[in-house]
Amino acid sequence: MSRVRWTLWLPLVLFAIFCAVVFVQLVHPAGTTVASKMIGKPLPPFQLRAASPDRPGVSTADFQDGKPKLLNIFASWCIPCIAEAPQLAELERQGATIIGVDLRDHPEDLAAFLARNGDPYARIGADDLSVVQLGIGSSGVPETYVIDGKGVIRYQHIGDIRAEEIPFMLEKLKEAGA
Amino acid sequence: MNGKLAPKHQRLVLIAIALAALIAAGLLAAWALRNQASYFYVPSDLVADHPSPNQAVRLGGMVQIGSVKHSPDGVTIHFIVGDGKASVPVRYSGIVPDLFEEGSGVVAEGHLAADGTFDADTLLAKHDANYVPRELGDMSAAQKRAAIEGTTK
Amino acid sequence: MIANFGLAALWLAGALAALQLLAGAFALRGDEPTLARLVRPAAVVQGVLAALSFGALLLLFARTDLSVRLVVENSSSMKPMIFKIAGAWGNHEGSMLLWVTIMSLAGALIALLERRLPEPTMLATLAAQAFVGLGFYAFLLFSSNPFERVANPPPDGYGLNPLLQDIGLAFHPPTLYLGYVGLSVAFSFAVGALVTREVTPDFARAMRPWVLGAWIFLTLGITAGSYWAYYELGWGGWWFWDPVENASLMPWLAATALLHSASVLAARDALRAWTIMLGVIAFSMSMIGTFLVRSGILTSVHAFAVDPERGTFILALLAVYIGGALTLFALRAGTVTEGERFAVTSREAALVVNNVALTSILAIVLVGTLYPLVTEAFGVKVSVGPPYFNPVTAIFFFPMLAVLAIGPLLRWRRDSLGRVRGEVLLVALVAVAALAGARFAGSTRLLPLLGLALAVAVAVAAFLPLRGRSLRRLPLHVWGMVLAHFGIAVSLFGVSVDSAFTKERLIAAQVGETMHVGPWAVTLASVEPVAGPNWTAMEGTLSVSFDGGSPSEMTPQSRNFWEPVQHTSESALLTRWNGQLYAVIGEEAENGGWQLRLWWKPFVTFIWFGGLLIGLGGLLALLGRLSLDLKRRHVRARGAERRAEQAQ
Repeated sequence: MSRVRWTLWLPLVLFAIFCAVVFVQLVHPAGTTVASKMIGKPLPPFQLRAASPDRPGVSTADFQDGKPKLLNIFASWCIPCIAEAPQLAELERQGATIIGVDLRDHPEDLAAFLARNGDPYARIGADDLSVVQLGIGSSGVPETYVIDGKGVIRYQHIGDIRAEEIPFMLEKLKEAGA
Repeated sequence: MNGKLAPKHQRLVLIAIALAALIAAGLLAAWALRNQASYFYVPSDLVADHPSPNQAVRLGGMVQIGSVKHSPDGVTIHFIVGDGKASVPVRYSGIVPDLFEEGSGVVAEGHLAADGTFDADTLLAKHDANYVPRELGDMSAAQKRAAIEGTTK
Repeated sequence: MIANFGLAALWLAGALAALQLLAGAFALRGDEPTLARLVRPAAVVQGVLAALSFGALLLLFARTDLSVRLVVENSSSMKPMIFKIAGAWGNHEGSMLLWVTIMSLAGALIALLERRLPEPTMLATLAAQAFVGLGFYAFLLFSSNPFERVANPPPDGYGLNPLLQDIGLAFHPPTLYLGYVGLSVAFSFAVGALVTREVTPDFARAMRPWVLGAWIFLTLGITAGSYWAYYELGWGGWWFWDPVENASLMPWLAATALLHSASVLAARDALRAWTIMLGVIAFSMSMIGTFLVRSGILTSVHAFAVDPERGTFILALLAVYIGGALTLFALRAGTVTEGERFAVTSREAALVVNNVALTSILAIVLVGTLYPLVTEAFGVKVSVGPPYFNPVTAIFFFPMLAVLAIGPLLRWRRDSLGRVRGEVLLVALVAVAALAGARFAGSTRLLPLLGLALAVAVAVAAFLPLRGRSLRRLPLHVWGMVLAHFGIAVSLFGVSVDSAFTKERLIAAQVGETMHVGPWAVTLASVEPVAGPNWTAMEGTLSVSFDGGSPSEMTPQSRNFWEPVQHTSESALLTRWNGQLYAVIGEEAENGGWQLRLWWKPFVTFIWFGGLLIGLGGLLALLGRLSLDLKRRHVRARGAERRAEQAQ
């Protein structure tokens, strides 16, 4: 009779082991988002050629003019970037200056992307080797960084910016500028 | 073989049979997993460990820019996969997946041939928000930078 | 307005679920007898409210109401209406709402129609159902609100991905959900029976239609999903043992075992504890499957959005429901008295073999699916695929099929192999003949050979139970069993022949060139650019003829979408009674030729045709059982009337 009894607990024990293993995996590596280690540090020195013929490229000096800005890592081949385009437009409308870093792109594709999804960028730099992306600790697209007037990285937003996150991003910009 | 079973015994017998089957399944699974699972390698590990041609391998890395060469038969390509420290030549016959690009991440499934070339049966290319294949996410920033730069050689 | 209404209805439904749970629980304890009368109405009203909430969501999508975040992210005014509506459940929040709606509607139906079970068991069942529902209501209302609003409505939605505008993809999730939710009902019945210790044939009869219904939908959902992957992915394969696929297969395996176990319990009052256990396992598998897919902890070819927060919530729900049920099982099952005895050679014993084999296969698939997760915790990255799953599951599947051939012929309780030796001999001879035939036809690998032999044997054996019975008076559910078992044989035949006799050709062909694959002659007639509403493509025209017969045309495409930027390969399929020719076109090669990949897959369509037969068999069985139940209820009612008359 006792042999029957302990076998009845076996399924529960197996299930508990399953939950433990799975919980460890859920918590342990944070899946696919990697937080930048550069928060609070100044932007590394860089210079990117102009990705678009109608405006200048990007260099570290552009972030050191005293006004906090948003640095947006994007690409024409990045699908969530399409989703975040309206939010970037709204942020620009509300006074944010957005500087774009375009990853491994072609001028024609970039032009088509901007024509179709809107163009909130004051400048766009071509980052073919992901120098800037890796230099600021980014590991995916899209990502948006708040850079203060002295060129120090203050905040990292991973993934596309949602509509309800617009006030928060403006808040972060204000904090960086104050 | 069809005598009546005593009251308490039938349930015990059934439980014993069920347990025996499940244990057999478990042991079989464990043995098969060890032999038949496909192990993931980045190029530097592949060059260092040199798995046997019998081992199913998934090779992940960046496709070096300028390394893709098409064979005269029109359906075979050769290219080089690197991770900033080492590189492995790969051979693949088939229609290349839509998102396979030089300078981008790829995972090739297949076997390491005796001559050091990786024979790929399948190519997986993901061009999503994380352009680096998930398995490569553990690389340090310096390694990633080197990997990207390696794709331009 | 509609969104507010939908959210309000959802809150009310959740509140009623709480009421249903509390009233049921207190009534069971015997505290307040009047509370018992609240439970059934609560279940019915909850069902209505949840349905209204989901209806509101459908309306929001149909109208492309861009003030709702879900609509903005998943829909677009330019989508065809059917895809607008399907978009309602083609996302995380909407599909959770669909799940909850189906669950509560099922609860309402049980409350209205089920009369066989003793009252305490009914209360316990409805309370358990409400308990499970509450977790999902909480998930929806606090973490995944489908009616969330957007501050500044954009000019149009973002959900115009053409890859997702596919009829199969639109209806695949709800089909599977009807399956998962049906299993939740079985779970509630099992918990209810365990709480009140009423594990009886009536319990099995009450639970069975729900299990059958769920099982039919799972069968159809898996079949449809497999065919969709086959023609969409362009690799010629139809099952990849991908974690998402396994997530739907595992509940199906458990449900099949549960179905057979419940039949034994209903017919012979045996396998009581086993049926309860399977009732818990089946639902656990659907929840575990949902969890694996939505939490993103497994990399998969078709992985959904990764979200550890969602994963943690579902894991917590899992722990509570399954852990709770398994604890209840461990505490109570020992006191459930043993059922009727049966001999080693009997139908019950054959079904025990069936159940044990199915459960073992389930364990094998689960271990294989989770193994990469476990090794990753130790730093080793592996992937597990067909080289593991195929042979290991076959080791349990093939003997199970052999028992399937003979089991339905055995009598209940006690039988002897001698009595059925004629049939056994027939089946064995058919198997050997098929084996020899396949070997002669050129098949050399062991697994397809055995599969073919067993498929033919089971196809014949499936009809043997009809011998000596009056076909006109045969109960419908027996026809269902015959058809379902035959469907398995048909499916296995397709799998084995495809595995053994597929011919493939990979070539860079010049325009005008002719090549051969199997008995087909294929000529690349032309490659022309074509355009569609939001795409351009290079379309190849292939002139194909089977064995020198009259030519047909196939037009595979290499297609480029511009909104959003995406490239797909549209494969071309030509279907004959004896198989399919599958063509994929790639890029232009350096020598000016075009890359073509061709497959001749004999009898591959039998795989999904068999799946349909299995589902149809299940449907016949369900209708047969329901009509028998109705008849029995009718008889019982008349008997009660007559007794009342006599008493006067």
